Amino acid sequence: MKKNLTTVTFRGTKAQEEQLIAVIESLRGTPGAMMPVLQQAQEIYGYLPIEVQKIIATHMGVSLEEVYGVSTFYSQFALNPKGEISIGVCLGTACYVKGSGDILDRIVEVLGLPAGSTTPDGKYSLEATRCIGACGLAPVLTVNNEVYGKLTKNDVDGILAKYK
Amino acid sequence: METINVKINGVDYAVPKGSTVLEAAKAANIDIPTLCYLKDINEIGACRLCLVEVSEGGKPYRMVTACVYPVTEGMSILTNTPKIMQSRKTNLELVLSTHEKKCLSCVRSTTCELQKLCLEYGVDESRFKGERIEYAIDDASPIIRDNNKCILCRRCVAACKNVQEIGVIGANDRGFDTHIASAFEMKLADTSCVNCGQCIVSCPVGAIYERDDTDKVREALADPTKHVFICTAPSVRAQIGECFGYEPGTDCEGKMVAALKRLGFDGVYDMNLSADLTIMEEATEFIGRVKNGGVLPMITSCSPGWIKYCEHYYPEFVDNLSTCKSPQQMFGAVVKTYYAEKMGWDPKDIFFVSAIPCTAKKFEVGRPNQAAAGVPDVDVAITTREVGKMISTAGINFKALADEPFDNPFDIGSGAGAIFGATGGVMEAALRTAAEVIEGKPLEKLEFDEVRGVEGVKLASYKLGDINLNVAVASGTANAKKVLEAVKAGELDVQFIEIMACPGGCVNGGGQPIQPADVRMAIDLRKVRAAVLYNDDITSDVRKSHENSAVKKLYDEYFGEPNSHKAHEILHTSYIKRGL
Repeated sequence: MKKNLTTVTFRGTKAQEEQLIAVIESLRGTPGAMMPVLQQAQEIYGYLPIEVQKIIATHMGVSLEEVYGVSTFYSQFALNPKGEISIGVCLGTACYVKGSGDILDRIVEVLGLPAGSTTPDGKYSLEATRCIGACGLAPVLTVNNEVYGKLTKNDVDGILAKYK
Repeated sequence: METINVKINGVDYAVPKGSTVLEAAKAANIDIPTLCYLKDINEIGACRLCLVEVSEGGKPYRMVTACVYPVTEGMSILTNTPKIMQSRKTNLELVLSTHEKKCLSCVRSTTCELQKLCLEYGVDESRFKGERIEYAIDDASPIIRDNNKCILCRRCVAACKNVQEIGVIGANDRGFDTHIASAFEMKLADTSCVNCGQCIVSCPVGAIYERDDTDKVREALADPTKHVFICTAPSVRAQIGECFGYEPGTDCEGKMVAALKRLGFDGVYDMNLSADLTIMEEATEFIGRVKNGGVLPMITSCSPGWIKYCEHYYPEFVDNLSTCKSPQQMFGAVVKTYYAEKMGWDPKDIFFVSAIPCTAKKFEVGRPNQAAAGVPDVDVAITTREVGKMISTAGINFKALADEPFDNPFDIGSGAGAIFGATGGVMEAALRTAAEVIEGKPLEKLEFDEVRGVEGVKLASYKLGDINLNVAVASGTANAKKVLEAVKAGELDVQFIEIMACPGGCVNGGGQPIQPADVRMAIDLRKVRAAVLYNDDITSDVRKSHENSAVKKLYDEYFGEPNSHKAHEILHTSYIKRGL
C-alpha cells in the first residue's frame, strides 16, 4: 500500500541522533546494513520521518531516495509516528468479511484522517492492520491497548468519544 | 578472443565466451527485442520481453531472459518460436495495461521503444483492463517526469544512480503502487538533481522529457520588434542529423545553419566562437592563479550540470571553479552588451536563443549573476531535439538544404572551440592557448592525445615553460566524484581539472537525439559523435582560440584584454554553496 507522508512536527533530540549515528557506525562495512539501520532507527524514533532518513543517508553515504525506497517497500517501516491515541482496525480476512472495511471508513470520516497517517498535532493515528489474532471477536479494532470486538460501524462514534 | 559454440535457431555460431544470450545473438546478427535493457547501464531482466528458449546439455528447452542469461558451450537457443512470440506478446500487453496510451501527441511517438514493439507484435489496446493510478506530472524543473507513461523499466534510475551516482530518483512503495519518484515524493526541482538529462536519453518511452521551450522561440520570431539570434553549440551540428535519419556521427553544420536561417532568425551564430572566448578568459585566469597563488586546482565551469553537482555535493570546491561563464552565457552577454551598443539597440529588444545538447543549460539561463546587460544573457536554451522539432514542424526539408555559413560578425570558431563538446576538449583547447602564452612560441604539435578518449578519468602531465602542470579530466558525475575525492584525500596532485557532467561530454548530453537500446548496444555514441568534432578541428583554418580573429576583435574593440575589469563584469559569474 502507498505510504502517507507525515504532517507531524519532528521532535527528535540530539541524544537520539547520536544514538542513531552510533548504530550506523557499528554497522559500517556490513553488507546489507540498510535494513538493520532502518529497524534500529525506528526503535529510536518510533518512525522514520525525513529528518531521520537524512541522517541515515548522510552517514551511510547513500542518496536519500535509496533510503526512502527501502522504507516504503517494507510494511514494517512507518513514516508516521504513533499518536497518543493509536487506533488500529483489523483488515485480516475474518474481520474484513465481517465488515471491518466499513468501520475503517467511518473512522476515516470522523477523524478526517486517512489510514496510515497521524493528525498534525500527533494526537490520533490510524492504521489498517493485518490479522491481530482476535478472529473470534471479529470485527475488531484496538485503541492503544484496549480491544473492541463484535462491532458494527454504528459503534465507532461511541468508542471515539471516550478518547476525546 | 575466446569463443564458444552455440546453435541459434538451428545454425552454428562461435560467439564470445562470457557473453549473454542477447549479446551472442547480436554477434550473430539476430535481434532479440528488449525494453528494460540498456547496455552496461541496466541489465536486470525485468521486462521479460527478451524471452528465448534455451537447451543446455541436451535437456529440454526452457524459457530464460536473454539479456542476463550467459551462454554455455553447446547451448541451443531458439529466438522466435510461437511459444516465445506469444509470451512476449502477453508481457507487452501487461506492460501496456497500466501505460497511458496518449501516443498521438506523445513527445516520443515514433521514437518510442514500446510503440515499436507493439507494432511488431500486433499489440493494440490491452486485453487486460483494470485499475490504473493517475499520477501528477512533475514539471517544476527543466526535466519533466510523467509517471502515467512510465513502464517501470528502471533505465532512468540506473542512469541516475549507477552511471552518475546521484540517485535522486528510484522506486518508491511496493507492488501495484510502485512508482519512480524522488524521496518523500519531492519534486525534482527540490532535490539535488543536476538536470543532466541522462535519465531522458535512457527512457524507452515518453515518461521523462525536457521542458519544451520552442513556443517561446516561435513567439519571439514572430515579434517584429525583436532582434532574434541563435547560437549553436559544437555538439549540435554533430548530432542534429540524427533527428533527420542520418547515421550518428554525421556532421550537418551547413544544413543546420541553412535550416535555422529559414526559421527566421536574424542571425545564426557559432558557439565555437564563445568557446574560444571562454578559453581566453579561462587560460588567463588559470595562469593568474598559478602565478599569484590563487585557489588550485582550478576546475572548468562550462558544464552547468557539473556546476550544480559541485554546489550540492562538493560545496568546498566552489572556490576552485573557474569564474568564467559557460560559452552559452558568454555569447548572450556579448551580444546584449558589445553588439547591442555597437548597433544602437536596447538589450531588452534582443531575444537570444542558445541551441545546446544539454538539458542543464535550461536551468543555467535562470541562474543569478547571468545578466550582464541587466536582462538575462540568454532568453531560452533549446536542446538539439527541440531544434530538430522546430525545423521539421516548420516544414523545412532538412536533407534537401544546401550548406550555408554562419552569420557575421560571430561566424568564426576555431578547432579548439569545436572540440569543447567532447570530454577532454576544453582541457586541450586551454592547453593549446596556455602553452603558447607561457612559452611565447607556437606549439609543434597541437594534439594533446593524453586527454582525448572516452575513459571516465584521464590524467596527464605537461611542462609549459617552467611550469610543471598536472591535469585531470573527468566526464560523468561519478567520475567527477572519484577525482574530487582523490584531491581531497591528497592522493591526486593536479592544478587544472576539466569536468563535464555527462559521460563522454556534451556529445552524449541529455539534450541529444535519443538513440534506442539496440543502437546503443551496437555503437558507442560517445566515440562516434566526438569523432565529428575532432574532424572539425583538423579541418579548421584556425585551431587555437587565441588566433580566432573574431575573438581578437572583441578584445580590441571592447574588452581590452582577457580578465580585464570589463571582461570580469560581463563574462564571469559566481556560484552558490547549496549542499544537500
